[in-house]
Amino acid sequence: MACIEARGLRKSFGTTVALDGINFRVEEGRILGMIGPNGAGKTTALNAILGLTPYQGELRVLGRNPWTERDQLTRDVCFIADVAVLPRWIRVSQALDYVAGVHPRFDRAKAEAFLAKTSIGRDRKVKQLSKGMVAQLHLALVMAIDAKLLVLDEPTLGLDLLYRKQFYDSLLNDYFDRNRTIVVTTHQVEELQHVLTDLMFMDRGRIVLDTSMEDVESRYAELTVLPAQLAAARALKPISERDVLGRSILLFDLAASHVDRQQLVALGEVRTPGIADLFVAVLGEAKGAAV
Amino acid sequence: MNTPNIAMTEASAPRTISFTQSFYWSVRREFWENRLIYLAPLAAAAIFLVSFVINTMILRRRMAGIWLVHESRQQSPLDLPYGLCAALIMGIALVVGIFYSLDTLYGERRDRSILFWKSMPVSDLTTVLSKLSIPLVIIPVLSYAITLVTQFVMLVLASVVLLGSGANIALMWTHESFFRVSLDLFYHMLTVHGLWYAPLYGWLMLASAAAPRAPFVWAVMPPFVIWGLEKMAFNTTHFLSFLKERLMGPPTPDMPMPQSGDFMSTLIPHHFFDQPGLWGGLAVAVVFVAIAIRVRRYRGPI
Repeated sequence: MACIEARGLRKSFGTTVALDGINFRVEEGRILGMIGPNGAGKTTALNAILGLTPYQGELRVLGRNPWTERDQLTRDVCFIADVAVLPRWIRVSQALDYVAGVHPRFDRAKAEAFLAKTSIGRDRKVKQLSKGMVAQLHLALVMAIDAKLLVLDEPTLGLDLLYRKQFYDSLLNDYFDRNRTIVVTTHQVEELQHVLTDLMFMDRGRIVLDTSMEDVESRYAELTVLPAQLAAARALKPISERDVLGRSILLFDLAASHVDRQQLVALGEVRTPGIADLFVAVLGEAKGAAV
Repeated sequence: MNTPNIAMTEASAPRTISFTQSFYWSVRREFWENRLIYLAPLAAAAIFLVSFVINTMILRRRMAGIWLVHESRQQSPLDLPYGLCAALIMGIALVVGIFYSLDTLYGERRDRSILFWKSMPVSDLTTVLSKLSIPLVIIPVLSYAITLVTQFVMLVLASVVLLGSGANIALMWTHESFFRVSLDLFYHMLTVHGLWYAPLYGWLMLASAAAPRAPFVWAVMPPFVIWGLEKMAFNTTHFLSFLKERLMGPPTPDMPMPQSGDFMSTLIPHHFFDQPGLWGGLAVAVVFVAIAIRVRRYRGPI
């Protein structure tokens, strides 16, 4: 059974179309990164998945309709909507008490163990904690919940590099297993490169690319060439080109341009592209096609 | 080495959380957030007690030596101001309840914490009902308890201050008013503060849930507009007088009670449960609250 299945998912606010009838499917045990510019419809898609907003089209989360069966779903679906949603007045101990009181799948000992590794005092209030500590606290609460689906919307926004790295490390090492599914949106895409198993690019309510990371590796290649080979490389129809320190870096969609990886190796250094570069290239290409 | 495995399976087996349990934790959460619920009536009680002690000491000096002479008149200065004490605490409780209702569903959207609450398996129904229980049940019962304790402390303090002054302290303690007033007050708290004002709290919570900003304006505007339209169209003010009646509390008995001038006697509504106004009001309250629950479903942070 797919964890999330969407067919013709549509949502508009007045005349603005936030989701333009998208289709996608997320299998159990995957870590999907939804990436797109502001206003691409990522948060709207997540809100629909979480049952926070009504929508048109068909959407199933863990086999349920998230809007009409939200109360049943909240036991199996967890989310961190933003870094700053923990109430500022709550004490750390109160937050633990509360979640332990209302959530049937919360393992308090696990949350305590995670918090013990941080410098967060039990009697501190959220408003006395730094932004990074609040994120750690929220993560401690969420990771101690044995949920089937975890949704993260910009979970590390505004955190410094150290906290961001810790956040994803904890998520992967202490939380993720093959029975759980994680959907995450973020702007800090490079840090997610080695975290994700699947990738979805969105732009203006549409899905521009929906693929697994293995496919990204086999389908896309980034070629660094010296000026001498540039003309030959350009002849193979790269989807994007940029200059870095006097060298040209060309990005190829091997499947679309029927180029063999060996042809590229002959011209220069070949690597798997970074998500950010791929994003810029694929989005640029999509925009070019639309014009 | 089987023990850890057994422990782990036990820990991962999901517990069931009953409605009562999530309701209980939702109410506790309101206490953590809104400490005014108990601090405001407590502060009112403390201020009252301080001024009461000062008043009694002045009374002792003024009445020095004449207690015995005026045995028959002694009762009136010694008749402790229970009514005033109760009125002060109840008034504060009403104000706290009103501001709580107006802010609660708006505040969680303003500080974005609604996203955290909605990430927990607590339904909108449980959340809104737990919030409604604060002005409807918790504040009345709590302020009743505080009033009762305050009145008892008044008795003790008055006894201590007046000890050896010649005043008949035993009379104060045997005076039946303390216990009678307590029962009357409890009845008043539950009926008037809880049931009679239920539509008011329901309306304020609806405004709090629905308002895009400034819930106070949203709560006040509709009645104002209805009054204005009625005045212009029919040149009548039925709606206004209806509202005024409603907010003044249920009708009190026309006939003065035996101890006239006794403030507490006005607290007992006449034939409270016979009044169509009560049941109509409760029905309206149910509608307001049902809409508020529905509205919260669609609301996110602002």
